[in-house]
Amino acid sequence: MEGWEDEAIVLAVRAHGEGHALASVLSREHGHWRGHVRGGQGKAGRGVWQPGNRLAMRWSARLADQLGHFTGELEDAAAARALDDAGALALLSSACAVAEGALHEHEAHPLAYGGLAALMDRIGEGDALAPDYVRWEVALLAELGYGLDLSVCAVTGQPDDLAFVSPRTGRAVSRGAAGPWLDRLLPLPPFLLGNAAIAPGDVAAGLRLTAHFLGRDVFGLRNLPLPPARLRLADRFS
Amino acid sequence: MMGPELERLVMLLAKLPGFGPRSARRAALSLLQKREVLMRPLADALLAAAEAIRPCSVCGNLDTTDPCGLCADARRDRATICVVETVGDLWALERAHAHKGLYHVLGGTLSALAGQRPEDLSVEPLLRRAASGEVREVILATSATVDGQTTAHYLAGRLRDTGVAVTRLAHGVPVGGELGYLDDGTLTAALASRRPA
Repeated sequence: MEGWEDEAIVLAVRAHGEGHALASVLSREHGHWRGHVRGGQGKAGRGVWQPGNRLAMRWSARLADQLGHFTGELEDAAAARALDDAGALALLSSACAVAEGALHEHEAHPLAYGGLAALMDRIGEGDALAPDYVRWEVALLAELGYGLDLSVCAVTGQPDDLAFVSPRTGRAVSRGAAGPWLDRLLPLPPFLLGNAAIAPGDVAAGLRLTAHFLGRDVFGLRNLPLPPARLRLADRFS
Repeated sequence: MMGPELERLVMLLAKLPGFGPRSARRAALSLLQKREVLMRPLADALLAAAEAIRPCSVCGNLDTTDPCGLCADARRDRATICVVETVGDLWALERAHAHKGLYHVLGGTLSALAGQRPEDLSVEPLLRRAASGEVREVILATSATVDGQTTAHYLAGRLRDTGVAVTRLAHGVPVGGELGYLDDGTLTAALASRRPA
């Protein structure tokens, strides 16, 4: 008998049969995992098996390569905190959908998990959490091997006045060096360089920036579009 | 050993909600034992329902008339539309006698996993009904799940331009519920939706 016990966040749940479910979760030590949940769509299970909720999870299967079964006990009901707030719900849905689509199965991603757990802990803050959501997507890109280099300008080598990102290399470009490539560069919101104040349009710029690299390097490599929940989040801030 | 007719009957019954192969065999046996009093009337009723029942072109309810009995009922409050996910939800509200207005059946919720997009739901007909001038309030009665509430927020945004009041069902402690037995999610939602006493 194979199995593990871990803390995990529910990413997606699909009805299976009448009262059961197929769930996709991101666990702290075991990464992205799928399994069958007996009663996951039933009266008692439906509230527990909602995207964003953190559970004390147990996975078991007869053999390691089988789908296996999940059982879980609710530790944090993030979904319930987000239901009344359109902004919170959009962030929760997008974060879960991006993690579900971006992370390979059975690979531990402790940084992505930690970032997602921190977002879910504060999901009640709604739209105010959006800059941290963008930072999480930047960290997710880095964890998957597609990190942005925002330390110095790709042209001058200087760390000052960084205002753009090259859509090809993911490296920062300073305002002065942008010159003839200005219309082709992606705006770099200052909050991604430190603790700068958030100006109107910064979150939208950050979402456009990460959407470009997620779309090209993560989802695009698998011939997948960005999840609809991620597109709806971008629409919300555009 | 079963003949092909009986095997087909069991196979079809087993597709019904709440039925598996064993319960389907029991039901088939019961039908065969009550051939005249149950099996033939049931077959007639199934045929009649399959011929006559259609979705209402106004609200999406299932009925033998179009518009359905609810839409055609002059006693109902025509200024209020309650939006539900499925016909089953409509029946639940009707059973409770909780709503005296009209309904609109969406046909599901927005769902990334199930691939349900706004154009797959009955959203445009709802917007047309809300903008008709007769409607004052739209009640969003979608389920208290991430997909259900995402759909509710989406509809609230789309309905904003029509100028009608948009309300949602409350989430919280059920009638007869004791706090000690409630799940964490319901308690959290109940606290978030508290109101002045």
